[in-house]
Amino acid sequence: MPDLKRPPLIIRGVTKRFSVGDDEIEALTRVDTTIEAGQFVCLIGASGCGKSTLLRIVAGFDEPTTGEVISQGKPITGPGSDRGMVFQDYALFPWMTVRDNIVFGPRQRRPPKAEIDDIAAEFLKLVGLERFADRYPSQLSGGMKQRVAIARVLANNASTLLMDEPFGALDALTREQLQHELQQIWSRTGVTVIFVTHSVEEAVLLADRVLVMSAGPGRIANDITIDLPRPRDVSSPEFNAVRRDVARRLTSHLAPRAIEPAAH
Amino acid sequence: MNEHVTALPEATQSAPEAPRRRSLWGEKLASIALGAGFPIVLVLLWHYAVAITGTRLIPSPRQVAVMMYDFSFGGIYDDAFSATILTHIWKSMTRVYGGFFLAAIVGIPLGLMIGRLKVLRQMLDPTINVLRPIPVTAWLPLSMIFFGLGPNAAIFLVFLGAFYPILLNTTFGVRSVDPRLFEAAAMLGCSGSAMFRQIVFPAALPSIFNGLRIAHGFAWILIVVGEMTGVPTGLGSVIMDGRTLSRTDLVVTGMIVIGAMGFVTDRIIVMISNRVLSWSPQHHA
Repeated sequence: MPDLKRPPLIIRGVTKRFSVGDDEIEALTRVDTTIEAGQFVCLIGASGCGKSTLLRIVAGFDEPTTGEVISQGKPITGPGSDRGMVFQDYALFPWMTVRDNIVFGPRQRRPPKAEIDDIAAEFLKLVGLERFADRYPSQLSGGMKQRVAIARVLANNASTLLMDEPFGALDALTREQLQHELQQIWSRTGVTVIFVTHSVEEAVLLADRVLVMSAGPGRIANDITIDLPRPRDVSSPEFNAVRRDVARRLTSHLAPRAIEPAAH
Repeated sequence: MNEHVTALPEATQSAPEAPRRRSLWGEKLASIALGAGFPIVLVLLWHYAVAITGTRLIPSPRQVAVMMYDFSFGGIYDDAFSATILTHIWKSMTRVYGGFFLAAIVGIPLGLMIGRLKVLRQMLDPTINVLRPIPVTAWLPLSMIFFGLGPNAAIFLVFLGAFYPILLNTTFGVRSVDPRLFEAAAMLGCSGSAMFRQIVFPAALPSIFNGLRIAHGFAWILIVVGEMTGVPTGLGSVIMDGRTLSRTDLVVTGMIVIGAMGFVTDRIIVMISNRVLSWSPQHHA
């Protein structure tokens, strides 16, 4: 649920070129969009459309070739605690327990121990991992690792959650469970979510707004608002109508490539 | 909503089970019997080989056992070596661990920095790779000039032998850390020297322990060379003395003590490493 009182995240004229040998590849070309605070946005598109690149630029891990990203009213210059990334392969610190992973960010500011304990308790509860606080990541299932990764970012007071195919490595049941939990966490905390996915269903289930990206060079081809009431029922006719619409727009960008071989 | 989130664990958290501590005593005993049985066979072979050939150049196991007893407790030969084992072990340990810890103190931080800083890598890598293949024994004459006759030359040689495995394994450990861990730490507000302390070092720790273990083995190997530099005490000097005096029983005794010390201390390192690396399931050696 967008909150117009907080500053939006603005992506302005972002272009990204990589040089591969002597060639230069344009991964993103002039991406312009504004994401309201508290909005849940899904980025969807075929492999190589630049959606992960865009997410990494917003995170501050990569620099755009031209253009800028404005978060909290300021242009970003690198990774910052206002934007937290949730990686597909979790990227938890394997030598830290679940609790220490979650409070890693807050601990950097050296607050009193009592405050650390409070934060740990709050976010362990948020993701339902109280009983696993002293486990190491290698002792957790994939779904639990991803809960830790989400809690780690939220415990650091991130206002924007960047998620790069976060549930891609999980089995269908766990994935459904985590989609459900993520929606609850999102509505409870009011964070902005930018969520990269391959799945049309996942995008329509979660998003307020779906940005369909197309490749060669990467750009935002469609900006679709999803008005379906929440909680959404994936088996309802309304849901399916929207899903078909998004899928159609997605495949229309793939069509030229798909037809090519038949033309010969 | 709150209840729902906290109610989730029961249904979904089928975490992999914590490693089970089932002590299979039978299997353990069999493994010990096998491990101890083989050297007994070797000693028997040694005994019969000496008895059949009638050689006087190689001592029999019995002669070595007597020498070992005298070296440990005295009362048999009552010469310069009787009941001196602890002195020699202690002296050798000061050199082994002097060199080893020096190598760790220099090698680990340098390895962390070389692994992380490209400029340093470009600057130092070629030099290190030229110096590394030079055998430690080749440094013997120079080290005696630098440090004179005495324990410092021995410590320097042990240091040289232990330094490269520690340095290379630390560098390798840092280089093979998932770059996402650095990104994750950076986005959570960690940077500069805190990054070294909190991320680079612990992430490289499994590799660092590999390096320490290899280096520790080298340190014991090099003690004989190190103590060729004219020190009067130490297990290496005992072996050199045995050679000069043609007392092969003494030589073999020294060899066995070094082997035993190396074995026991290696087990201690493995225990420490298993404890420190309990988070990493791959590193239970």
